[in-house]
Amino acid sequence: MALKTTEVEAKGGPSRHRSLGLSDEQALRIYEVMRLARAVDERMWLINRQGRAPFVISCQGQEGAQVGTAAALRPGHDWVAPYYRDAGVVLWFGMTARDQMLSFFARREDPNSGGRQMPGHFGSRKLHIVTGGSPVATQLLHAAGVALASKQRKEDAVTNVYFGEGSASQGDTHEAMNFAGIHKLAVVFICENNGYAISVPQSRQMAIANLADRAAGYGFPGVVVDGNDVLACYEVARQAVERARRGEGPTLIEAKTYRFTAHSSDDDDKRYRQAEEVAIWRQKDPIQRYARYLRDAGTLTDQREAEITDRVTVQVDEATEYAEQAPDPTPDDLTTFVYKQEVPS
Amino acid sequence: MAVKTVIEAIREGMDEEMARDPSVFLIGEDVGNRGGVFLASDGLFKKYGELRVIDSPLAESCIVGVAIGAAVNGMKPIAEIQFADFIAPAMNQIIEEAARFSYRTAGDFNLPLVIRAPWGGGVHGALYHSQSIEATFGHIPGLKVVVPGTPADAKGLLKAAVRDPDPVLYLEHKRTYRLVKGEVPDGDRVVPIGKADVKRDGKDLSLIAYGLMLTYCLEAAEQLAAEGVSAEVLDLRTIKPIDQAAIVATARKTGKVLVVHEDNRFAGIAAEVMAIIMESAFDALDAPVMRLTGPDVPAMPFNQVLEEAFMPNVDKILAKARELAAY
Repeated sequence: MALKTTEVEAKGGPSRHRSLGLSDEQALRIYEVMRLARAVDERMWLINRQGRAPFVISCQGQEGAQVGTAAALRPGHDWVAPYYRDAGVVLWFGMTARDQMLSFFARREDPNSGGRQMPGHFGSRKLHIVTGGSPVATQLLHAAGVALASKQRKEDAVTNVYFGEGSASQGDTHEAMNFAGIHKLAVVFICENNGYAISVPQSRQMAIANLADRAAGYGFPGVVVDGNDVLACYEVARQAVERARRGEGPTLIEAKTYRFTAHSSDDDDKRYRQAEEVAIWRQKDPIQRYARYLRDAGTLTDQREAEITDRVTVQVDEATEYAEQAPDPTPDDLTTFVYKQEVPS
Repeated sequence: MAVKTVIEAIREGMDEEMARDPSVFLIGEDVGNRGGVFLASDGLFKKYGELRVIDSPLAESCIVGVAIGAAVNGMKPIAEIQFADFIAPAMNQIIEEAARFSYRTAGDFNLPLVIRAPWGGGVHGALYHSQSIEATFGHIPGLKVVVPGTPADAKGLLKAAVRDPDPVLYLEHKRTYRLVKGEVPDGDRVVPIGKADVKRDGKDLSLIAYGLMLTYCLEAAEQLAAEGVSAEVLDLRTIKPIDQAAIVATARKTGKVLVVHEDNRFAGIAAEVMAIIMESAFDALDAPVMRLTGPDVPAMPFNQVLEEAFMPNVDKILAKARELAAY
């Protein structure tokens, strides 16, 4: 059943984003990045199903948790260590639709990896996006290390690290939270809890209802937030980022959300979850919910919506066209950059 | 030049690099107030403070993973794994992360990261304080692996590792720590990674080794000289990237080569050295290339009889070298 528009309003009314310190333009910018992340993702599935690209891994359904929390950071100053669904995070941090499409088509010009990694393996030194591989949870320790360096140099940068609840079962998750807690590092641990580690439901991953409860064991706060309410995500992230910047240490944010697609283009989610369950969550689509709020607040007019739709569509079209025609790497590219400083042997 | 031990040379190397560059820091178990279980970092905690000499929790993946992140953000970490035998929990971070950062970003990221690990046997360390790990990690593109055997090389390669823009696994042989003494040049002397070193000139046969086995080969060469056999001793110093030119040069010079290591035999470093010689110096050989290695058992046992049965030693090297010389 459809959520009533009043649900979002009930948490603060039509000026909720202003009470959080967001201008109308900032609120719309968040909306546009969420729309862009979704549109790029939808286009990737289309192209994949046409057989023009081999693999997609999706952000759909989790854009609110991603953009809402990333919006609490200062891009270019702060750092993010995303995981493979975090298209919304990296778009907020300065990546473009073209960057994503170059990665999707594995082109030489792909700024993440030069066509070496599967899509979703984001990384940009210039944009302060820590490169990620496919083994999960390793990035939590990297984030602790990035934050340690900030502390050693007495800088106030904050590092947001993102992971699914599946990654919470890995030892690196424990080791990272433990270390960050000991040294009161400026890390915000953001779990996008979408309920499944591929097919395994949360009840078979942990014996507790809220992952955020674990934060107590590391000596810092844990917060549960509705991951499909982008302003709620922004609010808790802003508090966590401010706390981290003051030198008071980490926060664990558990954003309860859902992935609308299968795990990847190679997965069949009908084998492990009911279509009805997916349908219920689609009613809670973070983009639609936010759009309803912005319209009720008078911030998103029909004209603004049309402008945003135009811009998003143009970006996705241009990115797709550019990337699909961009050159592949050459066989000579196979052996470059094994080391920064090659030593002949 | 002063005579120093290997452990003193390592400590001096770290001290000088930390003094030279404020981004260099040390992280590991017991490296702080305790000064390391072998005292490699003795005095550094007091000198540089708790932000640059960090006692980590007992968690190897944490040590390496945090070091990776710090290297991403402009620092130059030296991560200490207390014993090479305990590096396995960090292998995911070393192999899947550190070694692939540059390649998987087409050079956008690089990691100036040193991972120090005491390795090797002959110290009654049993299965879990004696292991050799150089072949395991030498197989991983993206890592550099160095194995100094003398105090001068230990210090010079430590400096090179700290200044290298890529991840370097720096293996220090425990038995050499206080056993091996030697002159260490004063001043800022860097030993380049990837360069082997002829530690003794000879013309009849070549002994190729590294770590503790270098010392044993030099002793064997001395005895061989008394028997009228002139043995050249090549110290590899770096496992990856291996110095192919130096290996081929000594093979061409003597025509007879014995490779010695205490690591397991199968797919060990000797196998790679032998393959290099077969590819590039076959026509110069006067005998089959030989190897003397640890056996293919998991690691050396605690019992002294069994430990000695595992370890190559001077007598075993001499026996094999005489066999080679007689060819």
